[in-house]
Amino acid sequence: MPVVASSLHPATSRNAAGGPASSHAEAANSEYLWTLNFGPQHPATHTTLRLVLTLDGEKVVRAEPDIGYLHSGFEKLGESLDFNQYVTIVDRMNYISPLANEIAWHHTVEKLLGIEITPRCTYLRTILAELMRLHDHLLCVGAVALDLGAFTAFLYFFQQRELIYDIVEYASGQRFHTSYTRVGGVLFDVNNLWADKVRSFAKNLPKIHSEVDRLLTKNRIFVDRVKGVGVLSREDAINMGCTGPIARASGVVRDLRKDEPYLAYADLDFKIAASKNGDCYARYLVRMQEMLESIKIINQAIENIPSGPVNVELEGKSVLPSKPAVYRSIEGLIHHFEMIMPNRGFKVPVEELYACTESPNGELGFYIVADGEPRAYRARCRPPSFIHFATFQHLMPGYMLSDVPAILGSLNIIAAELDR
Amino acid sequence: MDFAALNEHLGGVLKSESFRDNTRLIVPAAQLDDLMSHLKHHLGFDMLSDVTCCDYLEYPGATDRYGVIYVVVNTRTRERLVVKTFVNDPSPTLPSMYRHWKTADWTEREVYDLFGIHFTGHPNLQRILCPPEFESHALRKDYPLKGRGERHNFPVITRAES
Repeated sequence: MPVVASSLHPATSRNAAGGPASSHAEAANSEYLWTLNFGPQHPATHTTLRLVLTLDGEKVVRAEPDIGYLHSGFEKLGESLDFNQYVTIVDRMNYISPLANEIAWHHTVEKLLGIEITPRCTYLRTILAELMRLHDHLLCVGAVALDLGAFTAFLYFFQQRELIYDIVEYASGQRFHTSYTRVGGVLFDVNNLWADKVRSFAKNLPKIHSEVDRLLTKNRIFVDRVKGVGVLSREDAINMGCTGPIARASGVVRDLRKDEPYLAYADLDFKIAASKNGDCYARYLVRMQEMLESIKIINQAIENIPSGPVNVELEGKSVLPSKPAVYRSIEGLIHHFEMIMPNRGFKVPVEELYACTESPNGELGFYIVADGEPRAYRARCRPPSFIHFATFQHLMPGYMLSDVPAILGSLNIIAAELDR
Repeated sequence: MDFAALNEHLGGVLKSESFRDNTRLIVPAAQLDDLMSHLKHHLGFDMLSDVTCCDYLEYPGATDRYGVIYVVVNTRTRERLVVKTFVNDPSPTLPSMYRHWKTADWTEREVYDLFGIHFTGHPNLQRILCPPEFESHALRKDYPLKGRGERHNFPVITRAES
């Protein structure tokens, strides 16, 4: 990441929560410390993150993340859009793996409404969720390598991401913000050609994966930049609420796919990737390993995908009918009308619940409060990036300025998820 | 988790609800810190997964205004628990959970920013998503979706002043 602006003035009195006590005291007495603003950049580049770093020479004494640049009020919007409309918003919360957010949102809504999705849909969503995990890790590993100067790995992995875009486009008609899931199912069913695309992708990815593995894992320059940098202990990882690859790299072997199985994960054979060191290198290794496990899951799921309907049947009156049914039958038209008109639609209990899925970054949860209307009274998203970025101010002090990209990259911060 | 023993420890003020697979404990605000400390130090709930809030202003049958919701996880037994407490205007205040779990740092700041609930004992209770000049609390139900025109009054900073 390039440094956008720097200034030469004493450390401001704004207090960063946490950080080692010694660095606080040191910072308070030292007039000679520099304050350096790291970011924010244009939204189209990396992310709009601003880090206020207090430097002693090249050593970071205090690091204070400043968020809120993108704040889009997504949770407020969730109170005025119905359960199907809001899916267009949740996929914008995470621009690296949008479908993972959609799956998490409709997983929660279906649990609230008590809808059981069809076996074909569970497998389809599992495949998509794992494709999104690959999508996310490909970019994360590639971007860490790019930030540390290894451009080739980024190109190799980004090209594989393009292939995932193609697969998703073939299923949903959209490359990126797909809005593909619906209450009780998905927008369209997939066909055999799609399955072939997934198979050939899953067959080819391990080759690229092993090339990047050979390029980075034992590369002395890369290893020296990440090994022993940004160490997060097991206790801190639990205490700060870390989940996903970051927690697993610190030895917290927790994966919601195993712990609280949802979709088709209980039927599939896979391992949890974990490490003990808790540094940037461990986080890199966990992500690389997890990609291979995801390929395993995709291979199993695509071979065992059940036939049958992909959406819950019409009697449930909770799923939009297909367009041919709306145009050619009066039942379909009435059903569509009942679903779309205000004051109609789902039967929603006056209740609230929290449900979560294992998104590429960790536990992605939604807390929905429902008041009987077909929209959420309160739609809270528990974003993993937000929780993980809070650890940055604890991880950074004591390391060099040049370690900032390594630590920041290994946390895989997504700005839209921070601010929502 | 043994609900009866926990309830006895707190003097019988707890209520328990269950919906789908969510177990909820409802606790009066005065006993919140006692309960959370017991959950953390005696019952092994070592991870605070989330802190959030809901403004129950127009909610059917609601008697209190703000419900503050804590999701805690026991990473050994994989148990998950939702703890809920209520606070009311004019000065909604709760003890900060920062001394038990560091996750509370940013999550409580977010609740403070968007709902205006104060957390006593929080080390750095500042706005986190909205700018410091912003005075309202955007996720309260009486705050309009389109805002109150605050953004039009933002001061313009010139290059010379910056």
